[in-house]
Amino acid sequence: MIARGAALLLLAFLTLPTIVVIAASFNPTAILSFPPDGLSLRWYENALTYPQFRRAAVNTVIVTAASVAVALPIGTAAALALVRYPVPAPGAWNALLLSPLVIPGVAAGLGLLILAARLGLLANRSVLVVAHVVLVLPFVIRSVMVSVANLDPMMERAAASLGARPWRVFWRVTLPLLRPGLFAAVLFAVIVSANEFVVSLFISTRVTEILPVAMFTYVVNYTDPTMAALSTLFIAATFVVVFVADRLLRLATMFQIEDPR
Amino acid sequence: MMGKSVVALEAISKSYGTVRALDGVDLTVYEGELLALLGPSGCGKTSTLNVISGFVDPDHGRVLLDGEDVTHQPVWRRGLGVVFQSYALFPHMTVAENVAFGLRERGVPRREIDGRVAEALKLVRLPAAGSMRPSHLSGGMQQRVALARALVIRPRVLLLDEPLAALDRKLREEMREELREIQRAVGITSVFVTHDQHEALGLSDRIAVMHAGRIEQLGLPREVYEQPASRFVADFIGASSVLEGVAVDARTVTLPGGERIELRWPRALTPDSLVRLLIRPERVELGGSGPNTVSARVANVTFLGDHSEVRLELGGGVRLLATVRGGVVIGPGDRIRVTLPPDAFLESQ
Repeated sequence: MIARGAALLLLAFLTLPTIVVIAASFNPTAILSFPPDGLSLRWYENALTYPQFRRAAVNTVIVTAASVAVALPIGTAAALALVRYPVPAPGAWNALLLSPLVIPGVAAGLGLLILAARLGLLANRSVLVVAHVVLVLPFVIRSVMVSVANLDPMMERAAASLGARPWRVFWRVTLPLLRPGLFAAVLFAVIVSANEFVVSLFISTRVTEILPVAMFTYVVNYTDPTMAALSTLFIAATFVVVFVADRLLRLATMFQIEDPR
Repeated sequence: MMGKSVVALEAISKSYGTVRALDGVDLTVYEGELLALLGPSGCGKTSTLNVISGFVDPDHGRVLLDGEDVTHQPVWRRGLGVVFQSYALFPHMTVAENVAFGLRERGVPRREIDGRVAEALKLVRLPAAGSMRPSHLSGGMQQRVALARALVIRPRVLLLDEPLAALDRKLREEMREELREIQRAVGITSVFVTHDQHEALGLSDRIAVMHAGRIEQLGLPREVYEQPASRFVADFIGASSVLEGVAVDARTVTLPGGERIELRWPRALTPDSLVRLLIRPERVELGGSGPNTVSARVANVTFLGDHSEVRLELGGGVRLLATVRGGVVIGPGDRIRVTLPPDAFLESQ
C-alpha cells in the first residue's frame, strides 16, 4: 500500500512539469500562468509561424539526421570491437567512449567553442554535428554492445562455412541479427541529439541554432505561452518517436529471439 | 577396402598460450567413411575438427583436401558442410532461406535453388517445413534443418560437432540411426566429434580416440574396444577396472590381496615384474567356479534398468567393477564369489 502510494507520488512528481507546461500552452492571455484562464490555440499558431523556430526546426532535423548517420556506423564498429576482439586496455576504451556522459556540458561546449573559433567553423552546422556525434556515441555503443553480446558467433561461422565471404557474412547475418540494438541506438541518438541544449548553446549562431537553443533564446526575451506551446509539440513529437520505435522494436525482437529450447 | 584419402592432416600442432591443444596430429579420412573423433573435453577433438573446417589455423602442419593443400585457405572457400552443436540456424530467416543460404552465396540460379532446397528438406524428412522459422521447430527438427543446410551445397566432407549432444536421450537414439542412414544414402565422407563412447561405437566406421592433443588410437570400433592401445583408451571406452599385480611365473599374477590370477596371454610374463591387468565390467562373472574364482565384498549396487553395476572390493582394497544383466539380489556388505576368466584380461601399458 505504502509502496503503491509512493510510486503514485513519484509518478505525479515526474509528470507534473509536463502537465503544467501543457496546460499553460492553452492560455489565452500573454502570460505564463497556471492554471490557465481559458482555452486558446493562438500560441500554437505563433510557435509554428515564428520564423526563427522554423529555421531552428530545419537545423534540428539536419543536425540530428547527420549525427545519427555518422554515429551509427562508428558506434557499431566500436561495439563489435569492444565485445569481440581483445582490445588492449578495454577499461580505458570504455571510459573514453562513455566520457561524454560524465564530462559537464559546459566544459565540452566551451572546449568546442574555442576549437571551432580557431578553425573558423563557428557559423557552420558541421561543428554541431561533430559535437552531437560525440554526445550520442555512448548511447549508440551501449545499445549495440548488448546486441553484439547476444549474438552467437557460431551464426557467423555457419555463414562462412556455407561459402559467405566476410563482408557477406556481415551483411546477411551479423547486421540483421544486430537489428534490435541498432533500432535502440537510433532511438536514443535521435532523442539525445534533438534535445541537446548545453553544448549546442555554446557553438550555435542565430543561423545554425537548433530548437532547444532557439527556445531558450525566446524564453530569455519573451514570456508568453508560445514556449509552452512549442514544448508541448516537442513532447508530443518525442512521445510519437518513442511509441513508434517501441512498436518496431518489439516486432523486431519477436523475429530475432529464439525460443529457449 | 580403404578408398581414396579425402581429408589428410599432417603433423598438426596448435597452442593457445602455453596450452598445447593439438600436439602433432596425423589423420587420414577416406572416401565415404564416417570417422568419429572421441575423447573427453579438452582432448583436442573439436580443435581437430576446426582445423579441418578452417576455423582454427594450425601453428604447424598441413591440411589436405583431396590431395590439395588448403592449410591457408579461408573457411568460405573450402566447400565443407558443417553442422554445429547449437545448430546455428539463422533466426531471421525461414527454414528454406536457411537451407538456401549456401546456394545463394555460390550464385546458384534461383530456379535451381528452389528445387535443391526442396530435395534437401525431403532428404531430412522435413518436406513441409520450408516456410517455418527455426525457432518454431523442435530440437530434433532444427538438427535436421542444420543437416539439410550443410548437405545442400554438396560438400566434399561433412563435419559434425557433437551433433546429438543437444537432444534428449530418446531423440538422440532416433537421430543417431537417421544420421547414419542419411550419411550412407548420400555417401558423404564425414567426421564427427563426440565425447560419448556409445555414439562413437554405434555410429562410426572408424574411431580416433584423442587425449591431450594427440590421437591415442585410430581403428575400427571393435579394435578400439577389444584391443585398446593404451590404458587411457581402455579406461575411456567401457569403464575398465585396472588390477595391479606381480608376476609369479610366465602366466600367473598375484594381486595385493593374495589372489592368484591365471592369464592367457600370448607373451610370457617375467617373474617378479609388475603387471597391470585391465578387465571390462561385462567380463566379470558373479559367482561361478573354475580358474580365477576369488572372494569379493559388494561395495555398492546400482540398478540401471536393463543392467546393474556392481562395485566390488577384492582383498587389499582392490576395486573391481562388474555389470550384470537386469537386477541382482545382492546388496552392499555381502561376500560373494567372483570369476575373472583367464581370457578376459587386456594388457595395459
